[in-house]
Amino acid sequence: MHADPKGVLTGIHFIDGDHAACEGALAAGCRFAAGYPITPSTEVVERFAARIPLVGGMFIQLEDELASSIAIQGAAWAGKKVMTVTSGPGLSLMMEHIGLAAIAEVPSVWVDVQRGGPSTGLPTLPAQADMMQVKWGSHGDYEPIALSPNSPQECFDLMIKAFNLAETYRVPVFFMMDEVVGHMTERVVIPEASEIEVVERKWTAKKPGEYRPYETDASLVPEMVKAGDGYRIHITGLTHDERGYPALNPQAQDKLVKRLINKIRANADKLVDVREDGVEGADVVVVSFGITSRVAGAAVDAARAAGIKVGHLRLVITWPFPAQRIRQLAATVKAFVVPELNMGQMALEVERAAAGKAAVLTLPHAGGTVHEPAAILAKIKEAAQ
Amino acid sequence: MSATDVLSCEFENPVMPYLRQERLPHIWCPGCGIGTTVNCFTRALADSGMDLDKVAIVSGIGCTGRVAGYMNLDSFHTTHGRAIPFATGLKLANPELKVVVYSGDGDLSAIGGNHLIHAARRNMDLMVVCVNNFTYGMTGGQVAPTTPLGATQTTMPYGNFETPFNLPFLADACGAVYVARWTVYHVKQLAKAMLEGLKKKGFVFIEAMAPCPTLYSRRNRLGDGVDQLKYYKEKSKIVNGANTKDVGLSLFQGDIVVGKFVDRERPTWLDAMNEHFTQHFGEKFTPYGVSHAQD
Ligand SMILES: Cc1ncc(C[n+]2csc(CCOP(=O)(O)OP(=O)(O)O)c2C)c(N)n1
Ligand code: SF4
Ligand SMILES: [Mg+2]
Repeated sequence: MHADPKGVLTGIHFIDGDHAACEGALAAGCRFAAGYPITPSTEVVERFAARIPLVGGMFIQLEDELASSIAIQGAAWAGKKVMTVTSGPGLSLMMEHIGLAAIAEVPSVWVDVQRGGPSTGLPTLPAQADMMQVKWGSHGDYEPIALSPNSPQECFDLMIKAFNLAETYRVPVFFMMDEVVGHMTERVVIPEASEIEVVERKWTAKKPGEYRPYETDASLVPEMVKAGDGYRIHITGLTHDERGYPALNPQAQDKLVKRLINKIRANADKLVDVREDGVEGADVVVVSFGITSRVAGAAVDAARAAGIKVGHLRLVITWPFPAQRIRQLAATVKAFVVPELNMGQMALEVERAAAGKAAVLTLPHAGGTVHEPAAILAKIKEAAQ
Repeated sequence: MSATDVLSCEFENPVMPYLRQERLPHIWCPGCGIGTTVNCFTRALADSGMDLDKVAIVSGIGCTGRVAGYMNLDSFHTTHGRAIPFATGLKLANPELKVVVYSGDGDLSAIGGNHLIHAARRNMDLMVVCVNNFTYGMTGGQVAPTTPLGATQTTMPYGNFETPFNLPFLADACGAVYVARWTVYHVKQLAKAMLEGLKKKGFVFIEAMAPCPTLYSRRNRLGDGVDQLKYYKEKSKIVNGANTKDVGLSLFQGDIVVGKFVDRERPTWLDAMNEHFTQHFGEKFTPYGVSHAQD
């Protein structure tokens, strides 16, 4: 299905990542957003608030992130494509509702423009330190999807993908920007609506009475209805059966939690989105994501100029992690280098997947600015020895 | 219900069609007042003549939070304290729905207190039913923001020394357009208030006092559910239009003022938005949604 032209600002723009992310959401069909202001993410909702009245939809600034992160879920059950936008402290407040979106299977996009933490940390400066928080932050077991754009253009393009994945899998999808990507201004090309593919919600064709909210086929993703259409659904954050009714026993828990996990794990291969540059035959592979991938790119170029066989693998989808691909590469490369704006988060995943077959050299950074390309270059050289 | 309907279900409890019968029996204790409030709510739904496909119910977490799960409506059992913002999203995304929030005193006024005051301030078009049993029932009878002074609770083992909220005053001060309090002794009045609430446009707050015999009454040696009803009967005074400042319940087993305290008009958040954008954008703006009909 093509995008609704009402939300698509076709043309060539010179805008920052926050604005581009908003345009991506509008193009993807997002018609309800709720948020609470927080640097460096606020521009996303400011633009949404300005644009939405004439696109036809709704923005509401609520009293806090707890409210925003559940108001979008109410709106999703009324049939809208939805998003909330925040940064570290707000994300921390949203944790309980990530779990609700996971267990009730609410298609939703959660934008996190990462800044330095913990706590109030560095409000105006970048980090990539929420990567594990979105994976594990809400209690219990669940499998989210997360994407990491590295430019304003990608904030637009990948936002459409984020919405499409949210609808396809009915999970919370995290859009993991950072302060630099959010605030950097670059050329952004927005195509015609007819060139933008959007995924429609998985509506049921069943009639009220036949429909069970959590019955699934082999896809493990149940069909959806919306409130007001006569289905009289019951939706709960409690463990539930196929009817959506609370079922507080180990058998129902086993069935539900395994399905929630497997609907993503079984599709992990399909969900892999990595951009590879010269990894075949490389001695060293740099694994990076988001803004760090741009700095790493410069270091990789310099290393190649110095005669090192180095490849670059950029994670576009960070969750689920492309463990299979790292495992393959671990058999052929000497070492991975993992620079990231945190004290070592995705590096743990690389280590896990490499399973001792290749060395993993971490390059942590506490945030506040990006890495020096020279630091990454030095790590590549060390890894090549 | 037409006369023939009544005949055909002669032996059926008239409440039944409004409940998810396959989910019964419910979890509430004998003598619990929550069920009585649900009974009143089903009467209000029946009398409203509303298309029940267009009525949704949202609960938080607690014994009262389980109400959504028993109603044969589109029903959402959300997280503790957040029923109001969930309902806000649901309502704004489909203004055709009548959205009812049904939850406990702890859920709505402690953890969810911030949402309560802001939804009232915005005049969000929601009907909120707050079942006030003076305690946290679900978790075993801890002190709530409604617990009267001196009442004993598991986390106030020597008696409560915190001043409780006067909920109608709070809702009134924040801008609710309809505020009432009844007890489960006043079933007719409570059902009528709920009916009026269903028909009212804007933020409606109905406090329904209900006994929790298992925890609140037992711990305070107040007898069973029936004894609490006697208390409601003996100590309640109906004062419609009472100044909400004067209706606080801070005294243990003290006097209770019940009645319809507030009934006024104010543009809802959505109406205000539509009007404002129409003024600002003129013809380019298409008013959002259709307002809930006040038939
Ligand atoms: C975030 C969170 N904190 C605490 C709880 C535990 N909890 C469940 S219900 C409840 C209190 C319920 O009290 P009230 O809203 O008055 O409902 P009642 O059971 O009395 O009807 C609490 C504290 C929870 N579920 N979630
Ligand atoms: S614990 Fe109290 S509020 Fe909960 S069901 Fe029992 S009597 Fe009702
Ligand atoms: Mg209570």
